[in-house]
Amino acid sequence: MERVPVLSLGDALLVSIQVDLQDNTVLALQEDLAERIVATGARGVLIDISAVDIVDSFIGRMFASIAALSRLLDAETVVVGMRPAVAITLVELGLSLPGVRTALDVERGMRILRAASERRGPRPADEPDDLVPVAEGGGAAAGA
Amino acid sequence: MTTSTGVEELPIRSGDDVVRVRQLVRARAQEVRLSLVDQTKLVTAASELARNTLVHGGSGTATVETLHRDGRAGIRAVFADEGPGIPDVDQALTPGWTSGSGLGLGLSGARKLVDEFAIDTAVGRGTTVTVVKWTR
Amino acid sequence: MAQADGGRVRALLRSGDKVLRRWVEAAEVPLRGRLTTGELGRTCSDLLAVLVEASDGGLDVTSDAYAGARGFLAELSRDWARRGFSPSETASAVFALKEALFAAADEDGGGDLTTVLEASRWVDALGLVTFESFARAREQVISEQAEQLLELTTPVVKLWEGVVAVPLIGTLDSARTQIVMEKLLQTLVDTGSEHAIIDITGVPAVDTEVAQHLLKTVVAARLMGAECTISGIRPQIAQTIVTLGIEFGDITTKSSLADALLHAMRSTGVEVVRRAGSR
Repeated sequence: MERVPVLSLGDALLVSIQVDLQDNTVLALQEDLAERIVATGARGVLIDISAVDIVDSFIGRMFASIAALSRLLDAETVVVGMRPAVAITLVELGLSLPGVRTALDVERGMRILRAASERRGPRPADEPDDLVPVAEGGGAAAGA
Repeated sequence: MTTSTGVEELPIRSGDDVVRVRQLVRARAQEVRLSLVDQTKLVTAASELARNTLVHGGSGTATVETLHRDGRAGIRAVFADEGPGIPDVDQALTPGWTSGSGLGLGLSGARKLVDEFAIDTAVGRGTTVTVVKWTR
Repeated sequence: MAQADGGRVRALLRSGDKVLRRWVEAAEVPLRGRLTTGELGRTCSDLLAVLVEASDGGLDVTSDAYAGARGFLAELSRDWARRGFSPSETASAVFALKEALFAAADEDGGGDLTTVLEASRWVDALGLVTFESFARAREQVISEQAEQLLELTTPVVKLWEGVVAVPLIGTLDSARTQIVMEKLLQTLVDTGSEHAIIDITGVPAVDTEVAQHLLKTVVAARLMGAECTISGIRPQIAQTIVTLGIEFGDITTKSSLADALLHAMRSTGVEVVRRAGSR
């Protein structure tokens, strides 16, 4: 079984899924993330699935539970880069991933995480310069 | 008249096998030039059914073949196990009904993603699910 | 019909270059120069080689021995159908083989009636195979063109940085809606747009299935991290949606494309202000 690597980037955890997901891989990822959130005090989790060509009900449910779990640990989850065919199939399947935030790509996902982190106020370790000011309700203008 | 070519069978004994089934179905769907969305739907259905075979049937096989009918091509995938079988098929096909381990979208979801769906099951004898997706 | 083993026809086929030359000559007439003599010659020569081999297994063109020959003919008709050849031009080219065989039989000592009949039936059967594959190929060409037309009639346009729209016009059926929606979602990825507008001002009516597809598109866009607005819902369509009991839930709808655009621009942080003093 392959493990999906979890990277630390600022106060966020970055997961880029590049392998064919089998059930145990997804379960292991969920465990890894929970541990890493606690260990690093991360405030956001970004899961990039732009390379994933199928998401079935099991994998979809795991995204939802990762989001729920990280929320309990005070971190926000964003799933980014879902392909159109995958999105259409999930909707057909009856899965709309309630509670999971989504974004078109990694850049926009990071922006959402930064905005969320900003709203909660910077933590002492953060350097304010790193934070791009983002207006309420999305920040395309500020970030572009 | 429907003709069938290129029958391939894979065992389903582990999570890795489920991934291999997905890859085989994807390759065969690309061969007959199913649209990308239809490919994704078929592979997702295969993934649900292969997992069912593994989780509920213990183990089993997936058989994939290419169909031809009236100038259209299609992919048929058959998932067979010799597990405990399903006591109440209608109930198992109800969206949201679950035997305990999932969201209950496996069977009912797979059915929504394909053009043809058939299930043959008996308690103590096992379950065979057949799905077909045709080119548009 | 007594199925002869076709020994005589086979002998005629193998009677040398003359058959090929005569075939090409006879086939050239109906094709009226649409193919160069060189290309026609190569095609006939390849086909003849395949047929000579196949005829070793008898004269039944539906038998396994002819699988390769049938494939060759199917490929040929497909190619010619795409190049705009008519069905009769394509079939005539195959039927021209008859003349070559009759002439060979004639030279070969008069040629008895049985042989001529046998050869004739055999070429007829090959002609039918050709004709059938030609018809199939044409249908395929037509359906591909229909799809291309669909692409042309439903453009996905960029209205503003990060805002794309698809103005739908005419009756929507389930297949068309599905194709349009896939294209719209793909455009979101390709252009990095976070806003999509489906404008249905030009749509006279929707049925349950089409309404469901619209809904699914909005949800799918959301899963991809984009927002999708539906604009231009006519009163009748609003009625249908309510009557059918379709839940539009928290989906954003706007009365016009302009409203939808303004809404999308605002949510990307752009405000539109009329300059003081103008008008």
